[in-house]
Amino acid sequence: MGIAFENQVAAPQLPSRPAYGDNQTGTHLPERAGSLNGVIVPEQPGKNAIEVRGVRKVFGTGENQVAALDTVSVSIRENEFFTLLGPSGCGKTTLLRLIAGFDFPTAGEILLHGQDIAPLPPFKRPVNTVFQSYALFPHMTVAQNIGFGLEMLGKPKAEIEARVAQMLKLVKMEALKARRTSEISGGQQQRVALARALAPQPKVLLLDEPLSALDYKLRKEMQIELKRLQHETGITFIFVTHDQEEALTMSDRIAVMSAGKILQVGTPRDIYDRPAERFVADFIGETNFLPGTVVSKQAGVATVIFANNATISAGYPEGFDPTGEVTLVVRPEHADLVPDPAKGTITGTLSNIVYFGTDTHYHVKLDGGGENFIVRHQNSRSSPVTYATGAKVGIQFEEDAARVLKD
Amino acid sequence: MAEPRVMDIKDQPGFRTIAVICLLVLYVPVLILMIFSLNSGSLVTHWEGVTLGWYGSAFLNEEFHAAARNTLIISVTATIVSTICATLAAIGMTRVKPWRGLAAAFMVINLPLMVPEIITAVATLSFFALIAGTLGLNFGIGNLILAHTVFCIPFAYMPIRARLEDMDLTLEYAAADLYATPWNAFRRITLPLLVPGIMSGAALAFIVSFDDFTITQLVAGPGQTTLPLYIWNQIRRPMTPEINAISTILLMVSILFVSVSFLIARRRAK
Repeated sequence: MGIAFENQVAAPQLPSRPAYGDNQTGTHLPERAGSLNGVIVPEQPGKNAIEVRGVRKVFGTGENQVAALDTVSVSIRENEFFTLLGPSGCGKTTLLRLIAGFDFPTAGEILLHGQDIAPLPPFKRPVNTVFQSYALFPHMTVAQNIGFGLEMLGKPKAEIEARVAQMLKLVKMEALKARRTSEISGGQQQRVALARALAPQPKVLLLDEPLSALDYKLRKEMQIELKRLQHETGITFIFVTHDQEEALTMSDRIAVMSAGKILQVGTPRDIYDRPAERFVADFIGETNFLPGTVVSKQAGVATVIFANNATISAGYPEGFDPTGEVTLVVRPEHADLVPDPAKGTITGTLSNIVYFGTDTHYHVKLDGGGENFIVRHQNSRSSPVTYATGAKVGIQFEEDAARVLKD
Repeated sequence: MAEPRVMDIKDQPGFRTIAVICLLVLYVPVLILMIFSLNSGSLVTHWEGVTLGWYGSAFLNEEFHAAARNTLIISVTATIVSTICATLAAIGMTRVKPWRGLAAAFMVINLPLMVPEIITAVATLSFFALIAGTLGLNFGIGNLILAHTVFCIPFAYMPIRARLEDMDLTLEYAAADLYATPWNAFRRITLPLLVPGIMSGAALAFIVSFDDFTITQLVAGPGQTTLPLYIWNQIRRPMTPEINAISTILLMVSILFVSVSFLIARRRAK
């Protein structure tokens, strides 16, 4: 009976994927929707692995009510590396727990391949979790930990052993399979936690800040390792983090969350280059905000005038109609200094120069006042101009550098 | 220079003296009791020479045998039943949604620890007298087992609850996440990790039941003499070192039991 689970993992988009997860017995019976040892097997593998529809989660009662999630809707595609990014308390872990089944939504639906799983207990959902603390079972060996899920599914012993061996190989932990989990390092525990969650071949793997306990170098290594595992297994990963760099480097798409809402969903490039709101722009990377007034707009591009009467073209988010006074966002690396203030779109005085090795940050006190404007310059052997603090400078913008924010 | 944050207790004036006095007061009487169990004379206060004879006569003493048998039947049964009750109570009070009356239940379970034992003893005696009088029921040694079980529960409950509260709840979430039904999660994860707590709870319950005097004295009927009662009866007669020998045997059983459960708990906890 253990076949349906595995077959459906092989995703239609990538038929050439390696033989990972192929059933050892070679029988491929067409299995209809139903259940495997009580765990649901979704009927129609659709385009979306997970669909969150209008989910609200309220904690507490009466006056102490707090909406941890405020009517969130998002679709997560099959085989996607999807990241929920936001500061602590934004609701990202709550959403993950609702998908895992450790909590139940106050309102709304959570669809797994089209089937509402929101009311199901965690042990009936073909979804596995990698916990922040790993949560390895301390009284079991590495191999027993990895085999636990399959055992609970009632798989035959031979199949469990084969899969455990396969998983040990996948995470390169063969040599330590008989160890207790307390006898291995943090990085190794992380690998075991991953192997344990992947072994039952879930439809969706949930990862709750799994790298936060690792030191910098190991974290970088595991980031690459996670991408590899996601590619090799073809399982949808939903990854929770507060680390914007981690989110940008690993994700296919990112949902930026704040105060129980999803503010923007998009590719790392979308989120970074075309932030829709001030929070998104501010949370991810360094950003300059400039006030301006919209004078005209045409085909998604607005012409904005600054206080010094200089104008600039700036794109704006779809479905948004910018009028009057707006805030523009410009990334520090999308602007340039010019020694002659007359050639700059805006002008100011250099107040600080910070050397970062790979690049240099120039802090400019704008003539119109407001926050300092930061220009990032990549260092090279042949930098033509050197600047000194106190110098009057102009700032030029690259084409498409400025965006109008929603708020 | 970093100041050491915690003062070394050995530097406190008078610490050594007080410690030595405490240890002497605690252990010298026990030591003397044990030494005199080897006295070849027949007085417990006058040393004459070394013999193991009193242990021999204790082992041949039919009354001692009967008392030991009663004690073991009562203690072992009370330990098993009270540990099971305490385990269920601890799980019901830490692994469920908070319910109305949870705090009250906690109080009720721990109340026997605070009620003076003589009160419990009188109350238990009256209770059994009442059901014997009105319903004509007498459970024989069951009366004692019941009484012991009741006052052992809070002792067994404490370490089990402490262990449950220390346990990482994420482990149970992880089990559920890996398709373990609540029963399987309990059987495969919670229970094995709870074993050290259950062992300490059972050890405490056993020791408390094993040497109980006050309640047993009041509730015990004819032919239900336990070891503490037997010793009490003996010291009211002219005492021989046989009592010292019997007391030493009791002490050894207690020490053995506590050590074994401690070692098991330590090995499981690793």
